[in-house]
Amino acid sequence: MPEQKDKHIIIIGAGTAGCTAAGQLAREGYRVSLIEKDGKPGGKVNNWYQLFPDRRKGEEVREFLMGEIDNPLISINLNTDIDSIVKKNSKYLVTTTRGVMPPADAILLATGFDLFNPERKEEYGYGIYNDVITSVELEEKFSSGSVLTSKGTPPKRVGIVHCVGSRDEKVGNFHCSKVCCVTAVKQAIEIREMLPATEVFCFYMDMRMFGPYYEELYREAQEKWGVNFIRGKVSEASENIEGRLLVKVEDTLAGKPLKMQVDLLVLMIGMENSLSGRRIAEDLNLKIGMNGFFSVADNHYGNNRSNMKGVFYAGTCTAAMNITDTISHARAAVVEISSYLKSSEREVEV
Amino acid sequence: MKLEGKKRIWKEFQKEIPDNHFFFVRSCIRQSFFPGSEQFLIKMLREELGKDIFEDPRHTTCTGIGYHGDVVPFDTIQAVVARHFALATEYGYRDILISCVTSFGIYEEIIETWKHFPETLEKTRENLYKATKREFEVPRTILHTSDAVYKFKDEIAARARYPLVDHKTGEPLKAVEHIGCHYSKMFPKYGVGGAEFPHTLVGMIESWGGEVIDYPERRHCCGFGFRQYLVQANRGYSMSNSKKKFESMEPYKPEFVLANCPGCTMFMDKWQYTIKEQEGKTYGVNGQGIPVLTYEELAGLVMGFSPWDLGVQYHMVQSEPLLDKMGIPYDKDKKYIAKDGSKMAAPKNLINA
Repeated sequence: MPEQKDKHIIIIGAGTAGCTAAGQLAREGYRVSLIEKDGKPGGKVNNWYQLFPDRRKGEEVREFLMGEIDNPLISINLNTDIDSIVKKNSKYLVTTTRGVMPPADAILLATGFDLFNPERKEEYGYGIYNDVITSVELEEKFSSGSVLTSKGTPPKRVGIVHCVGSRDEKVGNFHCSKVCCVTAVKQAIEIREMLPATEVFCFYMDMRMFGPYYEELYREAQEKWGVNFIRGKVSEASENIEGRLLVKVEDTLAGKPLKMQVDLLVLMIGMENSLSGRRIAEDLNLKIGMNGFFSVADNHYGNNRSNMKGVFYAGTCTAAMNITDTISHARAAVVEISSYLKSSEREVEV
Repeated sequence: MKLEGKKRIWKEFQKEIPDNHFFFVRSCIRQSFFPGSEQFLIKMLREELGKDIFEDPRHTTCTGIGYHGDVVPFDTIQAVVARHFALATEYGYRDILISCVTSFGIYEEIIETWKHFPETLEKTRENLYKATKREFEVPRTILHTSDAVYKFKDEIAARARYPLVDHKTGEPLKAVEHIGCHYSKMFPKYGVGGAEFPHTLVGMIESWGGEVIDYPERRHCCGFGFRQYLVQANRGYSMSNSKKKFESMEPYKPEFVLANCPGCTMFMDKWQYTIKEQEGKTYGVNGQGIPVLTYEELAGLVMGFSPWDLGVQYHMVQSEPLLDKMGIPYDKDKKYIAKDGSKMAAPKNLINA
């Protein structure tokens, strides 16, 4: 049986899933090439100030991920895009914008997600009205230490719109992006902490508090921080003559339409399969699910496997998930890959 | 407000508008309420811009008012619209130019239905043939007349004698634009600029020198709605929608409203009269009303045609304050002179008169 170090795995994407899997594979003795299109590893967590539900600093997770990939068996290729992937016998030949990689025995796609472009929900006026921002841009404001409107003043009232680009047939996304509800709760609390005089209104369809301590955080937001939760979708945002935003909402619990002025409108943008991931799917004829993400071989028993032997998935390229689940999914991918590489029955259908 | 964001949306919703050869279908109500608009459109396209615009006197109502009033079934309206297509086919026209936004929405709805349910197209062909022995081709493009004016807006601008600026100060005139719901809210892809930030009327106003106001209730319906005005008991609902818009636009001090739907133009004009009668309230500057114009009327004014030939005097809110701002000369005594030189009865209780 060949040594583990003779096996080479190419991981595409150096975000949470890619870094976690790379570290674990390297610890098991495999050679790993980590390919990342951006200039630094870490993925979307690089943009996050604090994480739900315990308000851990995003920086701590970044440090964990950097520790994972600090291993001589891992070669990191930044600012690198995939040109083509071709299967030749049992090997995969990957050509990048920086040249041809050594043949790989397995490929792990950890291509992650793209954030929904809120300009597609034209009614919210993102990109047009100055104080309509995304959850990511709010996180950047937290990191900078101040949350101000475009006029440079603290907002008196903030509206948070849930499900922007998620559970929305109009934009072709039926799926729930899972983490936006709890992100909204966390960000609402952070606003109230930073600006105690600021009112916060969350406009939601359902509150999906699926993870441990999420429900508790939701309760804390209401009881301790006085965050207002209005069950109803925002139908449109506009700007009045003073430059304040005017939102129209249907309060479905009160059964009344509602019109409200806010100084900042934060859009909880959802997740979609990444464009780079979808391009690879076309190259390799990988199946895409009706939610637009990679379709896994089996929803219960094989959610790291693809429809191609030797090609595996980790993280949010298969579905929306939080960091905890992404790390677990990446570790499970390592078990699948290791099992595949050690198997003497390499031709077994997956 | 970032214009770049709007431009990105406008780029997403571009519509193929042919340059020439249009089969024109009229509106049922526009000739009554805005008697100069359709005739000026034809004159402008034919004589000023040298375009081929053809109409067949055999064309009829699309039955849209009956359809939206639940008295004309969908099968029937499909056959009526198919008959119009048969007339266009007979003369070799592929691009239909529709004067009414309701008809425009209906034509689009029918063609979309045929795309998604081809059996309805076959059934319509069969129904039309049985009833009239006519056959038809599905048109290449369905255009609203405001699409055509949008297409030629820069040619019109090149002929402008009175651009949309205050002729004394040179400042752009502030304008409210309002598209009809059935122009692009049903099918955003068929309206220039889409539904949320439509560019059709904005493009005209800006090309002719004006400045568009983006006010909070810009996207709100004018309140026309067939069920609102057909059912007398609901008319207060119709007016309250228009009122909401007027209250929202008032602080911006618009000089005029430009609309592309017969219903919107009519009701935003006439409800101003009703509100003034009921509450003594007007929404323009200095106690005036805000003139509500069709795009043909506005194009004609910009090009220097007589306001009275364009028919702006047949609105409840008169346009003199706007004409004065633009520096357009006019003779008040000739407002209601008929073509044969006789004097017609002047309407009473007009605003801005």
